[in-house]
Amino acid sequence: MSWTLIIALGVGCYLFKVLGLVVIGARSLPPVMERCLALIPAALLSALIVRDVFSVGQDLVLDARAAGAAVAVVATWRKAPIPIVIMLASAVTAVVRAAA
Amino acid sequence: MALQRLDPDLRPVATASIAVGVVIGAFGAVFGVTAVAAGGSVLQACAMSALVFTGASQFSAVSVVADGGSTAAALSSALLLGARNGVYGLTMARVLDGKLVRRLGAAQLVIDETTAMATAQTTRREQIAAFWMTGVTLYLCWLLGTLGGALIGSEIDPKRWGLDVALPAAFIAMVWPQFRTHNGRLAGLIGAVVCLVTIPFVPVGMSILCAAVAVLVGIRPDPEPEPA
Repeated sequence: MSWTLIIALGVGCYLFKVLGLVVIGARSLPPVMERCLALIPAALLSALIVRDVFSVGQDLVLDARAAGAAVAVVATWRKAPIPIVIMLASAVTAVVRAAA
Repeated sequence: MALQRLDPDLRPVATASIAVGVVIGAFGAVFGVTAVAAGGSVLQACAMSALVFTGASQFSAVSVVADGGSTAAALSSALLLGARNGVYGLTMARVLDGKLVRRLGAAQLVIDETTAMATAQTTRREQIAAFWMTGVTLYLCWLLGTLGGALIGSEIDPKRWGLDVALPAAFIAMVWPQFRTHNGRLAGLIGAVVCLVTIPFVPVGMSILCAAVAVLVGIRPDPEPEPA
């Protein structure tokens, strides 16, 4: 691992963050764009969730993680606080994985 | 207890950020172990966590290096993964303001978890508090976890404890409030489907950026009135 990689990646990733937050930032945009921007968390977080639960690299898989995620959905729907959601989902995944 | 002196409205945010911090600390340890196994020094592992502070990009870079890939190859895929923080920055710019120096500092903390935690709150004050609490907690936990993992260097198996689901589970809880509106639900559904469909065909991590196409749902105004 080279320092070039570490520093270039640090600078590059920081520039992306600054580009969104500061450079483009909070300028007022047409209402259509504002409505689209407001949907970024819904779209990207949903994508992250299904990626983390249903894939390994480029393969789609169905394994113990699906059981844990299902429990997380039910716990969230029942208004459980985030720490409880995390613990229940992890525990169920561990148990299902151990049993399989 | 500092937690009891805190505004009651902010207590759930504080406990949630600590819980997510513990999970991130564990992932940081895994990263530390992985980075040292890929030939990095303890200092390099910690420097990467401090400078880059984006788990997905760091894991991607280190795995390319471990596979014998070039610096250019490691850099390009890791940067692609880091691009989504720019998109989150657009969202967070609606919440965070103040002096330029403050925003330049905040920028380093704009990642999946902080955006998710902030947007899960209802009032702007709670959103700002959630962003900073989660950001600072995660930064410290990620760095300490990396240091611990790099020093121990032994095998940690997060899967044994089901910890590989800890993060998506937290994301499920955090994204939930986004589904209050019709457009939010539709964007979430389309984002998830696009991601799943593209996973086998695009480089690892790019499927998340592909899912951003779902924000076009917002071209049409939400048919339901926003709940107060």
